[in-house]
Amino acid sequence: MSASSAFGDDKGGSSNVGEPEYGHDPASGGIFSSDYKRHDDLKEMLDSNKDSLKLEAMKRIVAMIARGKNASELFPAVVKNVACKNIEVKKLVYVYLVRYAEEQQDLALLSISTFQRGLKDPNQLIRASALRVLSSIRVTIIVPIMMLAIKEAASDMSPYVRKTAAHAIPKLYSLDPDQKDQLIEVIEKLLADKTTLVAGSVVMAFEEVCPERIDLIHKNYRKLCNLLIDVEEWGQVVIINMLTRYARTQFLNPNINETLLEEEKAFYGSDEDEDSKEETPDAEVSTAAKRKPYVMDPDHRLLLRNTKPLLQSRNAAVVMAVAQLYFHLAPKAEVGVIAKALVRLMRSHSEVQYVVLQNVATMTIKRRGMFEPYLKSFYIRSTDPTQIKILKLEVLTNLANETNISTILREFQTYIKSNDKDFVAATIQAIGRCATNIGEVRDTCLNGLVQLLSNRDELVVAESVVVIKKLLQMQPEQHSEIIKHMAKLTDNIQVPMARASILWLIGEYCEHVPKIAPDVLRKMAKTFTNEEDIVKLQIMNLAAKLYLTNSKQTKLLTQYVLNLAKYDQNYDIRDRARFIRQLIVPMEKGGALSKYAKKLFLALKPAPVLESPFKDRDHFQLGSLSHLLNAKAGGYQELPDWPDVVPDPSVRNVEVKDSVIKLLERVTTLTSVPEWTKCSGRDKRKDKKADKPFYSDSEGESGPTESADSGSDSESDSESGSETGSSEESGSRSDTEDSYEEEEESDSEGMEKVPKGRNILRRKNKTSASDSAASDESGGEEDRLPKPGYGKRSESEEEKSESESSESDSESEPESESDADTKKKKKKKKVPVSAPASKPTKKANVEKKEAVEKKEMSLLDLDDFLSTPTESTTYQVSPVSNVVSNSLVTDLEGLSLTDTTMSAVTITSSSSMKMYELLHRIKGEGLAVEYCFSRQPFSSDIHMVAVQIQFTNNTSSEVKNLHVEEPKLQSGMRMKEFQEIDVLPPSGTATAVIGIDFCDSTQAANFQLCTNTRKFFVTIQPPVGELMTPVFMTENEFKKEQGNLMGMNEISEKLALGEMCQNDITIVQRVTSAANISRVPCGSDKECRFAGKTVTSGSLVLVTVLTKEGGAAQLTVNCEKMVIGTMLVKDILQALSP
Amino acid sequence: MIHSLFLVNGAGDIFLEKHWKSVVGRSVCDYFFEAQSKAGEDPENVPPVISTPHHYLINVYRHKIFFLAVIQTEVPPLFVIEFLHRVAETFQDYFGECSEATIKDNVVIVYELLEEMLDNGFPLATESNILKELIKPPTILRSMVNTITGSSNVGDTLPTGQLSTIPWRRAGVKYTNNEAYFDAIEEIDAIIDKSGSTVCAEIQGVIDACVKLTGMPDLTLSFMNPRLLDDVSFHPCVRFKRWESEKVLSFIPPDGNFRLMSYHVSAQNLVAIPIYVKQNISFFESGSSGRLDITLGPKQTMGKQVEGLTVTMNMPRVLLSVNLTATQGTHKFDPVTKILVWDVGKLNPQKLPNLKGSLSVQSGAPKPEENPTLNIQFKIQQLAISGLKVSRLDMYGEKYKPFKGVKYLTKAGRFQVRT
Repeated sequence: MSASSAFGDDKGGSSNVGEPEYGHDPASGGIFSSDYKRHDDLKEMLDSNKDSLKLEAMKRIVAMIARGKNASELFPAVVKNVACKNIEVKKLVYVYLVRYAEEQQDLALLSISTFQRGLKDPNQLIRASALRVLSSIRVTIIVPIMMLAIKEAASDMSPYVRKTAAHAIPKLYSLDPDQKDQLIEVIEKLLADKTTLVAGSVVMAFEEVCPERIDLIHKNYRKLCNLLIDVEEWGQVVIINMLTRYARTQFLNPNINETLLEEEKAFYGSDEDEDSKEETPDAEVSTAAKRKPYVMDPDHRLLLRNTKPLLQSRNAAVVMAVAQLYFHLAPKAEVGVIAKALVRLMRSHSEVQYVVLQNVATMTIKRRGMFEPYLKSFYIRSTDPTQIKILKLEVLTNLANETNISTILREFQTYIKSNDKDFVAATIQAIGRCATNIGEVRDTCLNGLVQLLSNRDELVVAESVVVIKKLLQMQPEQHSEIIKHMAKLTDNIQVPMARASILWLIGEYCEHVPKIAPDVLRKMAKTFTNEEDIVKLQIMNLAAKLYLTNSKQTKLLTQYVLNLAKYDQNYDIRDRARFIRQLIVPMEKGGALSKYAKKLFLALKPAPVLESPFKDRDHFQLGSLSHLLNAKAGGYQELPDWPDVVPDPSVRNVEVKDSVIKLLERVTTLTSVPEWTKCSGRDKRKDKKADKPFYSDSEGESGPTESADSGSDSESDSESGSETGSSEESGSRSDTEDSYEEEEESDSEGMEKVPKGRNILRRKNKTSASDSAASDESGGEEDRLPKPGYGKRSESEEEKSESESSESDSESEPESESDADTKKKKKKKKVPVSAPASKPTKKANVEKKEAVEKKEMSLLDLDDFLSTPTESTTYQVSPVSNVVSNSLVTDLEGLSLTDTTMSAVTITSSSSMKMYELLHRIKGEGLAVEYCFSRQPFSSDIHMVAVQIQFTNNTSSEVKNLHVEEPKLQSGMRMKEFQEIDVLPPSGTATAVIGIDFCDSTQAANFQLCTNTRKFFVTIQPPVGELMTPVFMTENEFKKEQGNLMGMNEISEKLALGEMCQNDITIVQRVTSAANISRVPCGSDKECRFAGKTVTSGSLVLVTVLTKEGGAAQLTVNCEKMVIGTMLVKDILQALSP
Repeated sequence: MIHSLFLVNGAGDIFLEKHWKSVVGRSVCDYFFEAQSKAGEDPENVPPVISTPHHYLINVYRHKIFFLAVIQTEVPPLFVIEFLHRVAETFQDYFGECSEATIKDNVVIVYELLEEMLDNGFPLATESNILKELIKPPTILRSMVNTITGSSNVGDTLPTGQLSTIPWRRAGVKYTNNEAYFDAIEEIDAIIDKSGSTVCAEIQGVIDACVKLTGMPDLTLSFMNPRLLDDVSFHPCVRFKRWESEKVLSFIPPDGNFRLMSYHVSAQNLVAIPIYVKQNISFFESGSSGRLDITLGPKQTMGKQVEGLTVTMNMPRVLLSVNLTATQGTHKFDPVTKILVWDVGKLNPQKLPNLKGSLSVQSGAPKPEENPTLNIQFKIQQLAISGLKVSRLDMYGEKYKPFKGVKYLTKAGRFQVRT
């Protein structure tokens, strides 16, 4: 049925759409009607007003197309729906249209106006999709319309539409190659585009339309290099391949001196000059005339540097593209980096393996050393497909050298036993190649192969014979034994190729086996008629050679063989017989050639060279289809040779406006230091403009003013801003991480406050940055010795946070240089503000500290969870402790303990405080360390117990760099080390305070105390009484709380008080020395009450001592934590007992 | 680039075709069928690239389907191969499995997907997150709703993901339970020789993630011992520079399941081999029989249980039947394919599993030359054999608290014992 008639029918049908049964039940139509009828039914569905019917029809039509059935006659009915409102119908219509437009050009034109309208749509996605379909319609008439649309789209605001335009270019080009010039203009324009979205597509278009116009790349070269990492993966492949070609035309060969040097190698006797660039002055002098010192073009370096990270791509094609780029462009010494990545690809699907191995095989010929460390990765598994096995074998053979040949041969031995006979044959050939390449193992290999001659499998024997033949040709004199052995094999071996090889060998070296050779000929003559053709030819050959050398014994045999051959069925054999007879048997007439017969037959034949089939494949660009097939594929662009003279590098210079440089800088900084805070900043900016790019500022809508303070600067600003925010919020918090929850909480709070924090910073920057006296940190930093000047720091919390931020601000000022620098500084910022501020000179120390902190907070340390249901495999973050109340508590404490809060260091070890030994002076080689629990709130984290450590240097030399390392803490415990003590003079003492969060347990905290020379393992184990802090409460509160802690939580014990303890003053003294709790006022003088709370969880600890008559007493401890309670009872009992 | 795509099943039927440029006739596949018949039984032996007079055919074999791409001009073969695998993965992602039946059932969605994935033969949208925004994956519920209401699979919102520079993440993600789970799966590839010594062994690992987090979270994953990782490859979302400088993984994750990274543990570290095999397989020169005796035992299991232990052997062609007894698990010999499978299950260190018995060989046939290789599969839960440990996961950029978790698993990869 013709299209037009279908169209007519359709119109008729559409007039009476009043019968929806057809549409509703398409199956009924399907069974009884012919194809024609069924299509009719589809048409009706398409003409109905219901979208669901249309959709159903389109789905069936698409299914037809997918199966390869012809649905072209429905074209008119379908094309009408191009303007359908339903998106899915519309999309399916597009699918149909693109498929059949070529066949129904006239009707396809009906749809064009819809797309033209779409091109003007305000929505970028609709514009893009209209262009996409329009350009996919292969109808020559619309070429001008397409051209216009592409040109317009190329200057569209939306990068996505521009990308679509780039995609449309090759489509139009294939439709009408005459448009090339105009299209090149568009390409040129799009190449200048700065978005990553467009880059890949336009380079693709460039490669398809005008790969020869390399000059278009000049101006965009650096930009492409810089954008590369952010381009989508498919685009990366295309760009890298194109840049490889570009670099080959624009830069000098980085290995040029090396090749020259290789020529002179013999002269200098140096074999391994990996870096022969400028470092070999003597070589240079001698060849100064020939070469200038090679200096790599910075642009060349840029390309190598920017592609290297892509070796880590998950996409095998990208990895391969980078690998070939390095192989073709990098200096020899740097090519090695690709080996690891290529070996990684070997784990991928077998098709990927196949392609990678092909390329590796080529690479191993040129650069064997690169893959040598990965030799084992090429070992063959019995489950590998044969084609992979053979390629691996090829690589192994290429990698073989004197040092590894023994392992490789051992490996080959297992391969020979394989069931896969093709593979075995390949292995034998590989052994042959190893034997030819490596002289040392030639005899071993030969012996091995000879052993194989007795193999049961004929194929193996035959293959061995062939290989042995080739090997023997190299040094026949030494191996007449083997030849004899092989001669015997003729009785058994049936494989024609092998028989032929043996015969050839005997004929060739008949002088070495003068006795056996005629006998072999005799046997062969007997079986001549039953032999295969190639064997027959070799029999004649043998006969002729023997006739020439030993005519006495073999004359008759030869004639017999030649006579047999004369009547052979095969004309080749008959021909050969005639030829040989004419040549060797002296005749009365002619015979002009017979005197040359010896020369003809017994000429020395050069030994065959066993070469890799992958030799010289590298003239094709690696990774290309042409390389794989070893034949030029259509559209393959030759990889040009390096130029002799360096082309003008200035062509790549772009007159950059400031903004562009800034943008590029920003691209790099943003990608290099992706701090989370940046994202918050970005989110903020995103509010302003929705489709702001992520990595690269490609839109270019941020002017130079914004980019000036973006990147490094803004990042650090906002971070310190968040600090400010948090320290305002919770006064207790310094800038080191507290517990995880808290950190997160304040982080997010900080984020909200970024702008505010910034303002403060700005302000502070002006006023206080230079004013060093204002911030005591900067003062402290100047001092090299620990400075117990903490009394000063009793200013308000607000003041503290300000000085903190000013510190970080002044640090972040010069932070625009390198990554490393930034990192270092960030670390510096983490130095606890409230700890004794000695200057953190040793970066290592800081690093360790960071490690410690990380460890402390390892929430994901899942040592002890088992994988049962999902709940148990997750780590639920425990609810946040209330930060505000925490800070309130600290504030209150601050009020009550104003004098002492900040002066932890200044506390002298009073006699009431018990000193514990941390490190004995003998064990510590003169360094004695003691500690006590200072019972002061640890200023930077109220959940920590402050431990005051006193160092005494009993030696006569200085002890340097005292610091803490590798704390081994129970899970949940945390520790805050003291600032490194730089120098401890002989017989000097120093004190430091560390904070340990014991998690309300008496588990010991183990860590190492390090000096510059030694490390000591030390342990701090807290008595239970030190795990609490005093709480002040009234009697009523006490009673109320005690009422809440009855039952299990109450522990009572009777005791007898000694005579000394009869009065309550002693009792109070003893109890408070045993536990860090405070007395609660009490009406009765029989009772002493104390209250405290545990440091970490803040559970109340209430102690009551009720004295009775006659020195008896009752001790009651109420505590939510029963373990603590029990232990505390024990401790207090001990303290009170006489 | 890619001209056309044909999907061919094992029987050699073309059950789907799609053309991006002008139509290429089906007859082009004849070259492929020719190569296929040449390759013999193993479909993996079909050369991935076949040259024909006018076209080049590049194929991959996945899920018993050949994905056959027709190309006309020079293109990096890996580019096509990688793309075809991506297509197969997308199907699997959409339909749960990628098989001929599911593709036929969902032919319209398949077509819509292919349409979006390639434009003029050049990949356009291959990120699963974008595709799912464009075309919703079929679910039973949705297909029911669709038949009732007549609504469609095609998303009616425009795919904004395509416009962003974080193309892997769709916009406006919302969850009530925010969770991020990571699976560190390590595979041991090893070849053990007859005497039990290791010929080669390496560890290949992946970290698969299932991230369901609201909004635009920015995650940072750090390891206790990142130095272990010798060679890594990342999902495009990972910021490479950050890894270079600090050895932490910093990324804005795609939504849903994805492979965050794969890695290789450096060859310098000795690989712990969790099990050992004592085997004795011999065929007698006369009497057409043989003996088999295999014992498995734990070697370096780090105190964990070895599970899912399976031994697979490709027995020689001449083997007719087996008469074996296993102290543990079940064994099965398929006389057609000559594959012997011994499903052991858990490895009990107190009572080592053993498989023992006689083999009967075709009478008159010569004794098989090569003993079968043992391919061993096993699993060890809660252990990353390399010792890799995730130390922490932080989330920035969003305010809620996610559930997080890491699971470790060690598996046998290509673990072979030569006999």
